[in-house]
Amino acid sequence: MLYRETGQFKTNYSADQAVFPIRQDLVGIWLILAFMFLVVPFTFNDFWLNSIMIPTLIFALAAIGLNILTGYAGQLSLGTGGFMGCGAYACLKLTTFFPDLNIIVVILMSGFFAAAVGFIFGLPSLRIKGFYLAVATLASQFFLEWAFGRIAWLYNYADSGAIEVPTRRIFDIAITGPHATSITRYLVVLSIVVVLTWVASNLVRGRFGRSWMAVRDMDIAAELIGIRLLSTKLTAFSISSYYCGVAGAMMVFLWLGAAEVESFDINHSFLVLFMVIIGGLGSLLGAFLGAAFIWNLPILLRGAFGQSIDAATVEHISFMVVGGLIIFFLIVEPHGFARMWQIAKEKLRLWPFPY
Amino acid sequence: MGEILHGLFVNPFIEIAGAPDLFVQVLWEGFVSGTLYALIALGFVLIFKASGVFNFAQGIMVVFGALSLVGLFAAGVPAWLALILCIGIMFGLAWGVERVVLRNLVNQEPIILFMATIGLNYFLIGFGEFIFGGEPKTMITSEIGLPTGSFDFEVLGGLVSLQQIDVSAAVIAGLLVAGLAIFFNKTRIGRALRAVADDHQAAMSVGITLQQIWVIVWFAAGIVALTTGIMWGARSDVSFALSIVALKALPVLILGGFTSVPGAIVGGLIIGISEKLAEFYWGPLVGGSIESWFPYFLALIFLWFRPQGLFGEKIIERV
Repeated sequence: MLYRETGQFKTNYSADQAVFPIRQDLVGIWLILAFMFLVVPFTFNDFWLNSIMIPTLIFALAAIGLNILTGYAGQLSLGTGGFMGCGAYACLKLTTFFPDLNIIVVILMSGFFAAAVGFIFGLPSLRIKGFYLAVATLASQFFLEWAFGRIAWLYNYADSGAIEVPTRRIFDIAITGPHATSITRYLVVLSIVVVLTWVASNLVRGRFGRSWMAVRDMDIAAELIGIRLLSTKLTAFSISSYYCGVAGAMMVFLWLGAAEVESFDINHSFLVLFMVIIGGLGSLLGAFLGAAFIWNLPILLRGAFGQSIDAATVEHISFMVVGGLIIFFLIVEPHGFARMWQIAKEKLRLWPFPY
Repeated sequence: MGEILHGLFVNPFIEIAGAPDLFVQVLWEGFVSGTLYALIALGFVLIFKASGVFNFAQGIMVVFGALSLVGLFAAGVPAWLALILCIGIMFGLAWGVERVVLRNLVNQEPIILFMATIGLNYFLIGFGEFIFGGEPKTMITSEIGLPTGSFDFEVLGGLVSLQQIDVSAAVIAGLLVAGLAIFFNKTRIGRALRAVADDHQAAMSVGITLQQIWVIVWFAAGIVALTTGIMWGARSDVSFALSIVALKALPVLILGGFTSVPGAIVGGLIIGISEKLAEFYWGPLVGGSIESWFPYFLALIFLWFRPQGLFGEKIIERV
């Protein structure tokens, strides 16, 4: 009854092509944005912002990146962690060379370096498909991990071998480094994620997205109708890596504050892949839902078990539960949370009079 | 520039020619790790052939098998009984996977099944650590009758030392492959397995039960995993760190093709030997530990020329 688009007529093309063609969706998204921007920073405490909100948003962005590649363009990748690392290390080098440059610009620029690396490692996708490609992306993952650990120039010759985030200010407000408050960092992360998500939603609706989906559904058929496989696959790899790179840079600069090679290892790639699959392949909303679920599940479990058993056991149990839940969700709904939301919307449309 | 080329193309060969005994030793090391990669890849191939599932959890099954053996022994079960119980556990695992996972995911896309095995992977890590604890353990090598110690040979004017456990690993791997070949070619169940691998629907139409075949094939992969786990555990500790090393079986699969048993063996040996040679002779040029990514690059270069792998069938695509 509340969610029904009856009577909302579209009288021009721009209304027909709106991101949210249904008025309830539009109102809903503005309400959520208002809540995230105006209510969350002032009511949630540091724990909530630091260990739940910020990481969820950052992982959601990484999941959008992987979703562009795997969900929209159909190229399975296990190298997300490496691409995120590229962004983080590029960000460190850029801000070392240009200390006065606005840090938000630096973070957004560092994505381009990740994109360049993604472009190079995307080249094999022209000949290799499916699981073979997944294994090929592991080459990038392990090579990048090795490079991050071995090339001291990348981490500014720090003794610890880790990225140490310097303090950068905009208008005298510390954005990164130890002096930045969690509220500022949260707001910066949120703004970047919202803008990039908006860009992504337009990309996947447009020419890029449609050619990606054509390649995903069947690349030979796509080639026959005049889509260039070369440019389509490589743009998918580059744009996806751009998103992952920005997410990686934000992860280190706006969340962790310091990072070693281990922050970008293969488990990280799997974590993001889980988010994409559980959330729903080929859905931006799914990336957010998946990230929220996978990231917060262990925190919830820890909260549920409390102090009654030791930390190691909780970790083992949370591994078991995450593994079990992934299988459970795949059995119940292989298309993820995004499809569940779709079904719920269909039901809501008719509710409470289904006939 | 000349120095780099010299380092790449001249120096390693001078080193090889200068110390042939060392070269033989490195080759042997590569051969042994290649055997283990080949065994893991064999588990992958068995499952992929019969059910089309890209079983990511094979590496964990290796660790899980070894861990339950050590864990049972530590709990006071005699070694021979522990071994039998472990085979039972592997069967239970195969049955459980078929019952809980595969049966419910019939006809899903390959990526969904792949994800399910990653879920299984995580579940087994948590389960294994929960029951047996997370710390590394020592394999009960001598208790289950495997030799320890080493043979020393005079080769090409130097001394080459072969660990007896490695020799027995190679022998057991050979026996296992031979046994599987006989099982596949000579028995009734083996024929059914090959039929399923060829075409699911045709196999079902002549009265082969898919579910039963899946259990058998996962059980066979489990036995292969248990053997690998014992061999590998005898070389180093039994711990979940093994599962990352087990990922090396993936470039082996690429090289050999996902569906070919001989491919898995040959691919394993190529990867094992080339990675050890590269690490030993070319690694120092770029600061070492290139072992971690070299196999993947080798496989990648290889794929560029032969996308279907060494023994894979030619991919024919139709619209």
